[in-house]
Amino acid sequence: MTELANFFHMGGYAWYVWPSMAITFVVLLANVWFSKRQFKSVLRETATRSKALAQKHAQRRSNKTTEQSS
Amino acid sequence: MFKWIHRFGSAPFVYRLAGALSPWVGMACLILLCAGIYIGLVVAPSDYEQGESYRIIYVHVPAAILSMFVYVVMAIASAIFLIWRLKLADVVAQASAPIGASFTFLALVTGSLWGKPMWGTWWIWDGRLTSELLLLFLYFGYMALRAAIEQPQSAARAAAVLAVVGVINIPIIHYSVEWWSTLHQPATISKMGESSMHPSMKRPLFMMIFGFQLLYAYVLLIRMRTGILQREARTSWVAQLPEVARD
Repeated sequence: MTELANFFHMGGYAWYVWPSMAITFVVLLANVWFSKRQFKSVLRETATRSKALAQKHAQRRSNKTTEQSS
Repeated sequence: MFKWIHRFGSAPFVYRLAGALSPWVGMACLILLCAGIYIGLVVAPSDYEQGESYRIIYVHVPAAILSMFVYVVMAIASAIFLIWRLKLADVVAQASAPIGASFTFLALVTGSLWGKPMWGTWWIWDGRLTSELLLLFLYFGYMALRAAIEQPQSAARAAAVLAVVGVINIPIIHYSVEWWSTLHQPATISKMGESSMHPSMKRPLFMMIFGFQLLYAYVLLIRMRTGILQREARTSWVAQLPEVARD
């Protein structure tokens, strides 16, 4: 057997060692990926909401000034 | 000095600090995990009793340690939130729960994959495995409780009480292998005193544990920023953030 095949064989425990490594990799990556995705979506929500709020304030202010001038 | 402590209670400061720190923590974590797993799988010698199967230790033990470590952080943060009403402590606790749950899941699955060839069974209802499973349900219970109560203030308080009460389970997990008869092997490493592991095997294990800790820190920083944004969405400092004000 070549050295590389030996390594993947894990002394006969390949079916236990490699799934352990794989699931760890997946769970760690999922932690990073989902937290980043959630942060981006909350950031986007916050930006649209704060822009809408700013617009509303601006409108109210302009309404007030037109009322005062009339 | 007090001013310095006070800044860590300030949401804008912590939000910016977390943003500045996270890329460095992420980079260090990546390097450490890659080096640790390479040395653990390739360089470290095989075990004279367990052969190559012992290499599962390099993911199982860090996941198991972190599953408890994250819970302790969550419980301490919850206690701080309950006593001093510090909102950022609640942010830390809420951000920690899903990370801790994922580490607990990982500890259980990799433990199962290690138990099958070594003990001949995937699962036994002994003290260690049962209390670790209880830990997973504590995390789930914490998240479910937060989701179930509509009023965020009372949801946070109820979940914090659960987190603090549940910390009793941590010493039970730790001492379970000494208190009850079990198939699970006792701790291989200890911070103090002699451990039964050769340095060539121990070094990559410590690298993996520290790497997992950095991963927790990295994901925690990202989740804390999310939590702060959600809580402070209506404040002027959030509206003035460049990433929010940008078109």
